Amino acid sequence: MFWRMITKTLIRQRGKMLMIAFTVVLGVSLSTAMMNVMLGVGDKVNRELKVYGANITVRHKDAALMSDLYGLEGQGVNDKFLHEEDVLKLKSIFWGFNILDFAPILEGKADFDGSEVAVMGTWPEKHTTLPTGEELHTGLKNLRTWWEISGEWMNEDEDDSVMLGHLLASQKNIHAGDTITLKAGGQSQKFTVKGIFNDGGNSDSKILMTLPAAQRLLNLSGRVSAIEVSALTTPDNDLARKAAQDPHSLSPDEYETWYCTAYVSAICHQIQEVIRDGVAKPVRQVAESEGTILNKTTLLMILITILSSIGSALAISNLITASVIERSQELGLLKALGAHNWQIVLLVLAEVMITGLAGGVVGYFMGIGFAQIIGQTVFGSYIEIARMVILIVAVILFLVTVVGSIPAIRYLMALKPTEVLHGK
Amino acid sequence: MTKKILELQGVSKIYGNLKALADINLSVNAGDWLSIMGPSGSGKTTMINIIGCMDTPSTGSVILDGTDISTENAANLTRIRRDKIGLIFQQFHLISYLTAVENVMVAQYYHSMPDEEEALEALAKVGLSERAHHLPAQLSGGEQQRVCIARALINSPQILLGDEPTGNLDEENEGIVVDIFRRLHDEGVTIIVVTHDPEVGDVAQRKIILEHGRVVDDIDQSATFGEALMLKGRRQAS
Repeated sequence: MFWRMITKTLIRQRGKMLMIAFTVVLGVSLSTAMMNVMLGVGDKVNRELKVYGANITVRHKDAALMSDLYGLEGQGVNDKFLHEEDVLKLKSIFWGFNILDFAPILEGKADFDGSEVAVMGTWPEKHTTLPTGEELHTGLKNLRTWWEISGEWMNEDEDDSVMLGHLLASQKNIHAGDTITLKAGGQSQKFTVKGIFNDGGNSDSKILMTLPAAQRLLNLSGRVSAIEVSALTTPDNDLARKAAQDPHSLSPDEYETWYCTAYVSAICHQIQEVIRDGVAKPVRQVAESEGTILNKTTLLMILITILSSIGSALAISNLITASVIERSQELGLLKALGAHNWQIVLLVLAEVMITGLAGGVVGYFMGIGFAQIIGQTVFGSYIEIARMVILIVAVILFLVTVVGSIPAIRYLMALKPTEVLHGK
Repeated sequence: MTKKILELQGVSKIYGNLKALADINLSVNAGDWLSIMGPSGSGKTTMINIIGCMDTPSTGSVILDGTDISTENAANLTRIRRDKIGLIFQQFHLISYLTAVENVMVAQYYHSMPDEEEALEALAKVGLSERAHHLPAQLSGGEQQRVCIARALINSPQILLGDEPTGNLDEENEGIVVDIFRRLHDEGVTIIVVTHDPEVGDVAQRKIILEHGRVVDDIDQSATFGEALMLKGRRQAS
């Protein structure tokens, strides 16, 4: 009888129930979309932020110490270098998949046209296969996406080519295609200028060449000054901050959690485990900006979810209350026939829950669609569907429906059969 | 000795400054057919609400089948109403989207278990077998009221309470309803009917007249009871 009454009520009140279902569809679709985007956006926002360059720099521990103490950079700080053969080990760490790009840097000085200039050797591009079988395509080109190039980028095997920073190029009146001679350590070498780059920073006065060319010119075979790393990271929290101070201060459980989360400090720690004498440090401005933007994006989506849930609850509340008031005579009659308050409340809640569930299912799938539209429009890729969203949406739907029903329930509890049956 | 099914002792109901019922004393025996009459505002509906466990008196006690219902809480009143009272309304109050038999089954559902066969039997008793699967909108006023009576009787209540049960019916249907009451009375059902209609009031065994919340007359109609019923039957036949 219970289900017969509910079925017939739903059919009879289909207009109102459709309105309730529509409200739920709107709320749930928005919540589903926001939560899927929120849970899938971390990597996507991070990838977007990768255009701002490396967020981790690895140096020899002594060079890093000098840099920390005196703010000194480059050759001349000391003569401690990292080993080039260690560079590819970056991809072997626990969070290796989160390391998107990296490039070794060898810095030094050379004589150019009678004046001393900074030269920088690197992997413009690097294509190789790792021992794991993974294809690797990385290099400085991926870390300097904002560079404006006049001419072309060097290829990885063009050891006789260089690129000049635009300040130096304009000072020496050099153009792409010109030939220059660099002298260092008593030897001189000719290079073809492949391109002029505009970095907008210190590099604009430097000469860029391939790592083997720089090692040969500077007579530093197999050596690199630093490694720039761009990694996908999780925003720092208290645990990450505590670990950054001293990983040994963590309890075993805390250490495991920290180590297995892509905090920038955890990734730095793991890099240090594979790079001999290396000290990995986050580039704070970039790492913190990523964290801040990600946190704010997440907060915005949570707020939208909460607001849409509140909006849905209010709309549902109005619709259910109107429906119950309209049916007060019928519900009062049920009380007169011997129905207890909880039985009437159960009846109304069941009607609303069934309607809400139907709206919730439709809303969930619409929300997935919205998430994909957002993913395609904003990030140019699909958003991965998080299964846990189903559970969260179910809880939100339940809460929204129950909270939205509270005014109607209060009205039902106070409803006296005598008032609606006799008009007294 | 006849069992006393209902007893009102010094019952008053006060709404603010208004005394809807004032010191009512009344006792009803099991199987009695009682009509309560009086002008509008005399307290008839208030009295039936209190007897029907839908309201409580401000003072006094109401003993229903040995239980003082004036001190019971709302949940207990609901239980007592469900088990002991059958209600008939002037406006019928059938659920519009349920068929006649389903309307009867609703009362079963909140009492114990719905049983369609039993509900169909109850409808047959009031002559509505053929209309059992019709919606209220497809039934005449008289038929709706008979569904209402079947619903009131389905749980075998100790008292059948009617609030102007013929108030919305034409004379023919009024006669049918009164005839059903007569049969129920013969079966031993206690009937208490509030009515404006003197003819309906006169066919009861006993008539209570209320004015300004007080019982001003308590008329034993046992002597003319059968005659009045016969007269009504004849009038209806003609």
